[in-house]
Amino acid sequence: MPLYHNDDQAMLKDSVAPFVAEQAPVSHLRKLRDSADATGFSCDLWAQFTEMGLPGMLVPEEHGGLGMGHMEAGIVLEEIGRNLTPSPFLSTSVGAVAALAKAGGTQAGRWLPAIASGEAIIALAIDEGAKHRPDRIATTATRAGNGFRLDGKKSFVLHGHVADMSIVAAKTDGGITLFAVPKDAKGLTADPRRLVDSSLASHVTLDGVEVDADAVIGEVDAGGDILDALLAATRTGAAAEMVGVGQGAMDMTVTYLKERKQFGKLIGEFQGLQHRAAHLYGEMEVARATVMKAQQLLDEGSEGAKLMVSVAKAKAGRAANLAVREGVQMHGGIGMTDEYDIGLYMKRDRALAEYMGDVHYHIDQVARMNGY
Amino acid sequence: MSELDAFRAEVRDWLEANCPAEMREPVRDEGDVCWGGRNWVFKNDAQKQWLEACAAKGYTVPDWPKPYGGAGLTPEQTKILKQEMKRIKARSPLDSFGIWMLGPALLQFGTEEQKVQYLNPIARGEIRWCQGYSEPGSGSDLVSLQTFGEDKGDHWVVNGSKIWTSYADKADWIFCLVRTDKANKYQGITFMLFDMASKGVTTKPILLISGNSPFCETFFDDVEVPKTQFVGEVNRGWDVAKYLLGHEREMISGGGAGGDMVSIGGAFAKAFGKNAAGELDDPILRAEMAAFDVDVFAYRAMGERFMDMWKTGRAHPASSNMMKYVGTELNKRRHELVMSGGGSEALEWDSEETKGGARARGWLRTKANSIEGGTSEVMLNVIAKRILDLPGA
Ligand SMILES: Cc1cc2nc3c(=O)[nH]c(=O)nc-3n(C[C@H](O)[C@H](O)[C@H](O)COP(=O)(O)OP(=O)(O)OC[C@H]3O[C@@H](n4cnc5c(N)ncnc54)[C@H](O)[C@@H]3O)c2cc1C
Ligand SMILES: Cc1cc2nc3c(=O)[nH]c(=O)nc-3n(C[C@H](O)[C@H](O)[C@H](O)COP(=O)(O)OP(=O)(O)OC[C@H]3O[C@@H](n4cnc5c(N)ncnc54)[C@H](O)[C@@H]3O)c2cc1C
Repeated sequence: MPLYHNDDQAMLKDSVAPFVAEQAPVSHLRKLRDSADATGFSCDLWAQFTEMGLPGMLVPEEHGGLGMGHMEAGIVLEEIGRNLTPSPFLSTSVGAVAALAKAGGTQAGRWLPAIASGEAIIALAIDEGAKHRPDRIATTATRAGNGFRLDGKKSFVLHGHVADMSIVAAKTDGGITLFAVPKDAKGLTADPRRLVDSSLASHVTLDGVEVDADAVIGEVDAGGDILDALLAATRTGAAAEMVGVGQGAMDMTVTYLKERKQFGKLIGEFQGLQHRAAHLYGEMEVARATVMKAQQLLDEGSEGAKLMVSVAKAKAGRAANLAVREGVQMHGGIGMTDEYDIGLYMKRDRALAEYMGDVHYHIDQVARMNGY
Repeated sequence: MSELDAFRAEVRDWLEANCPAEMREPVRDEGDVCWGGRNWVFKNDAQKQWLEACAAKGYTVPDWPKPYGGAGLTPEQTKILKQEMKRIKARSPLDSFGIWMLGPALLQFGTEEQKVQYLNPIARGEIRWCQGYSEPGSGSDLVSLQTFGEDKGDHWVVNGSKIWTSYADKADWIFCLVRTDKANKYQGITFMLFDMASKGVTTKPILLISGNSPFCETFFDDVEVPKTQFVGEVNRGWDVAKYLLGHEREMISGGGAGGDMVSIGGAFAKAFGKNAAGELDDPILRAEMAAFDVDVFAYRAMGERFMDMWKTGRAHPASSNMMKYVGTELNKRRHELVMSGGGSEALEWDSEETKGGARARGWLRTKANSIEGGTSEVMLNVIAKRILDLPGA
């Protein structure tokens, strides 16, 4: 498969890009922020997403979705990134769907159709500390009655306070098990925190939460592979969103270089800025290609996907970070103002950088996967 | 089985039958690279056999049309051939400036007669070409070149000198930029082709910091060039020159990717061992190598995407400048790490154990990557101007 969008994918982009730009541009984020919106995203916008079939893009057709791949989901995520659109798409339609589709069974049958129809918002309760360490999960699930009892604390759970269901990763006797914990479960509390990018992420407490045996996603003790699928999908999706954030910041900055005059010239005429902008362009192009490669390998179910996913999250992280830093710097004083959008790009980039493993985490993973 | 799968199976069988075992060993030194040409001395029978088999099949230039010595493969088929060659670690049967640079320019700008005349010997490795672009006063600012061809009716008389001409002392022919109109800067250059054995051509090797001498000063003293031996139009050689540079950049940019998905940290761990935690002993070097691996694997994806787009006309025409910039800067970084990893051992200049200081010499050689074929700074200028459309660039 060539590493560029085929005709169908190009068409998808042609319909999604103007839709997101018109319905949810940066001003949409500002409106939510300035009204201290307590949901974290606009339900009306999610309804519009649903009309276009977007929430169920990755949901297999037999569960009412479109059965598309990560390449297609990435097209939507890039536009979400470019417009800084607050949306539950990444956790619900990418991360949760990847886990449920991989696991199959009761929970897949229960939740996948609800995701596709736009009715269910799903949160991913994986992290437990300030950093992403999925190999050190301490939340426990112990057998109780005909089900399990969950105890532990989760952090950085996006949409955790409004989600209809949270996918909780917990330690069981023989490994990791994933659970579908419904919103109204007793002992489950979500304490939402406003983050630097105005999104809401919860500290989730599981205090003796009791769930039935069929709340298990997949098999008991065999959640490792499902968690891997969830992580690979979410990391790749976050990387695609970062490509959008970086591209948005870069485009804005290059435009500014062609408008702002100092010393009697457009600042874009100064070679000191030209070279940095050109370098940034190269980094962004490489990041985009890398993310596409990861998407392609995931869609093919290739063994090399895991390595490329970490490469993509790390590379997109570096490139988008460069884009927002150069963006603020090249805007001069105005880049520091709240009124100007470039600073919002910097904030969103920071949150995405941390999500599901930062640059350092993934560089370390690349070393491990290569035996050093 | 799809058509492409069938093609892959066919290629696999052909390679199995035709690629000698010696040609599946890694390239160890310059002599292992087959450049071809009138005076080429094959290192061994296997090298000769491999070249001849590929040339007969059109596989030295698989995507060129058959009448010109290629196999007429589509971009997808070419990619499959490359993948299959990589799979068995087959060496390139033939490397040459003819294949990388002149060939694509002739395919684009040459007459039918020129294509048949010049491309076939390139494909078969019979004629080796060198590139006469740079002059002592004209490097990055190439268009200021002054080597002059005086019009004498049916021929030009060329005088002047070139510099940094790679392998000029080993090449059979030169493709050369010659000013034919002094009043017109951009539209006063002709892209000429002539035999290095012509009367009045002399070369003088230049020693590089690597201790090798792969390039030369080249002098033209009343060299007669028939007025049939030019590409494109008279005085419009700059268009050909620029087109060719695009291909040169595409070729040089490959260096950073370094072949397969080989991890530099993984290779060092094998050579130098790991600590009890199974990690490279020096944590800072490990971190730098891992960060480099990320960039290299990422660049490989970029290389694949670039080729897919370039070969199907989807790439921005100036994107080879970006590839060259990113790829060569990466390759320099790779060799810095190779030297750090090797420590004092890598400093040895001519010992047998270090294969004659291969690491140190290789490290020094890579410093030219971001100079030859247009410097990194010039690449950034071109990206700023032609891709980002920045003012005054
Ligand atoms: C937090 C804050 C506090 C401040 N406080 C004060 C204060 O108390 N009093 C006051 O008077 N000012 C103050 N300033 C203004 C500050 O001095 C200016 O923002 C600064 O001089 C840059 O000018 P500018 O914002 O117009 O950016 P511009 O000059 O428009 O620069 C935009 C970009 O172009 C680059 N650029 C400009 N010219 C060139 C060139 N020749 N070559 C290469 N690159 C170039 C800049 O480096 C920058 O990246 C403050 C700014 C901030 C952010
Ligand atoms: C190993 C090697 C092999 C080569 N092989 C060949 C060959 O086969 N045939 C051939 O014709 N040539 C060959 N070259 C020459 C090569 O193309 C030139 O060296 C190159 O174009 C740079 O020119 P220069 O050396 O004159 O440097 P200069 O142009 O003098 O550059 C000096 C420095 O100034 C910078 N600079 C120049 N202009 C600008 C600008 N506008 N903006 C910012 N920075 C600028 C450059 O980036 C560089 O860092 C080879 C060179 C090397 C090193």
